[in-house]
Amino acid sequence: MSTNVATERIAAPARETASARLLRGLNRTPIHIVLGIVAVIWLAPTIGLLVTSFRPRTDIQSTGWWEVLGTLRFTAENYVQVLNAAGMGQAFLNSLIISIPSTLLPLVVCSLAAYAFSWLKFPFRDSIFLVVVALMMVPVQVAFLPVQQLFKPFQLTQGYMGIWLAHTAFALPFGVFLLRNFFITLPKDLIEAARIDGSTTFGVFRTIVVPLSVPAIAAYGIFQFLWVWNDLLMALIFVGNDANLPMTVKITTLLGTYGTEWNLLAAAAFLLMFVPLAVFFSLQRYFVQGLLAGSVK
Amino acid sequence: MTATPVPINPLVPKGRPARTERTGWPTVLAFLAPALLLITIFLVYPVISTLRMSVDRGLGGEFTRFVGLDNYISLFQTPSFVGSIINNVLWTVFYTGFVILFGLFIAVIAMRVRYESVIKAIVFLPMAIAATALGVIWGFVYALDPQIGTLNALLGIIRVGPVSWLGDPAFVNAALIAVGIWGSTGFATVILSAALKGIPTEILEAARTDGANEFQIFWRIIVPMVSLPISVLAVTLIVNVIKLFDIPYVMTQGGPGDASRVIAFEMYKQDFAAGQYGKAAAVAVIMLLLLIPVMVFNVRRFRSSAVV
Repeated sequence: MSTNVATERIAAPARETASARLLRGLNRTPIHIVLGIVAVIWLAPTIGLLVTSFRPRTDIQSTGWWEVLGTLRFTAENYVQVLNAAGMGQAFLNSLIISIPSTLLPLVVCSLAAYAFSWLKFPFRDSIFLVVVALMMVPVQVAFLPVQQLFKPFQLTQGYMGIWLAHTAFALPFGVFLLRNFFITLPKDLIEAARIDGSTTFGVFRTIVVPLSVPAIAAYGIFQFLWVWNDLLMALIFVGNDANLPMTVKITTLLGTYGTEWNLLAAAAFLLMFVPLAVFFSLQRYFVQGLLAGSVK
Repeated sequence: MTATPVPINPLVPKGRPARTERTGWPTVLAFLAPALLLITIFLVYPVISTLRMSVDRGLGGEFTRFVGLDNYISLFQTPSFVGSIINNVLWTVFYTGFVILFGLFIAVIAMRVRYESVIKAIVFLPMAIAATALGVIWGFVYALDPQIGTLNALLGIIRVGPVSWLGDPAFVNAALIAVGIWGSTGFATVILSAALKGIPTEILEAARTDGANEFQIFWRIIVPMVSLPISVLAVTLIVNVIKLFDIPYVMTQGGPGDASRVIAFEMYKQDFAAGQYGKAAAVAVIMLLLLIPVMVFNVRRFRSSAVV
């Protein structure tokens, strides 16, 4: 009797799993349908524009992008035109010239400061750090008028220096916060040992802290690069010379002048998206890590 | 609890002897000076300076006439500014609400399938793209001509429209907010999915054996257990709304008329188009004031997690 119950107890879950599996399979059909709809909603707008960027202008005006299988005519003409005639080639270069120093500078400045806030001992260290964390919320709008007035005598918005400095400064609170929280997790013994072995403070930073923090620094670097590459507002304010404008600003002017020339707008938008998408697909893990670290710790 | 001069961090095990010797000032400054200098010039000084400018007439870039709170009073008598505040409220309610709702929904559903990571990547993709590009992508979807605009083409199938999504004041805010939701849902999905993974499966199994259905499990177990990540997410999204500029600027220039203006856009217009620097500074101060509660929230959260 008792053994009977025991075998039943053991057998019961197995039997349930078999029927449950069948049930689950049936239950899942709606899930697959819903997820299919989600995928279409999140892919179709981008694919529509991508297809359009390769279609001849006359086709775009006569048939919708979803009818492309009926025509199957593709051309790179839109890209050639937008790169040369619309000046997007220069704007692409400008975006790179703005983004690369605006990524490297904050990386250096933030790492140095984060090291001080995590491993050096000095009075008011944590109070200063909290002020820096609080400043993360200061909207960039606050800097428009004062910084423009400050830049004016030095003509900093005429070159790239103004936008480099502005991006670096506004990146600092978040970058210092992120890197300090990583640096503090490094093994204390390792740093102590290096000090005892006679390393200077800078030596410890360069030979131990930085090499051990490459994943965190890389994640922050990617995040900052994409932030700057995609930025529109700071460029509107701190790039005063039309010849230096990045792609984001250039595309908004294209929208104004060629509002219905979708062949050109589509190609321009994909030139802008190309770099972030490449970064996203090759370094997705770091990118998501950086985002997660920044928002929910 | 212990009287160490070093703040105790949860990540540094307790009970270790604290190193009390201080680093010399020259060394500290070598590491900190670049950051502190930039922060002072670009963040601290501008805050003080903008406060001062906001109580000045500030016409044509001259700040010599103190006017008290006149700029603030006149802002709240300007229809376009009041309209922009209302639009920011609309964004806060619908953008924040739907991003969290869709994010949670997709995260919960995607957990049950093998291609979860693919779905998450697809939904997350717009996060990597500039708002400028989102503007072009969706400007194309919203295009009036049903031969070009996907949405009007779809409506054409059921013989509705075409609707001028971006040209009609009745639709423009809904259309822009939808773009914002589309752009940020992936962020919510990734964050909430990570939070959901933290819920012990035993709890869900126990609820299922007790006969709870999927809706009860969702509202009674999953939602309460991810309420902290949701509140942090909500704060992040509200900050996005207060700083929102790109989508209305790229897609509608605040139009038609002033219908889709938001605060940050209004600040830009006052500053550059109208040359009303005193009022522009006042808008910047209002934005800062709206963000101060978040500042306090962040510092509190940080302190509570860093100090035992």
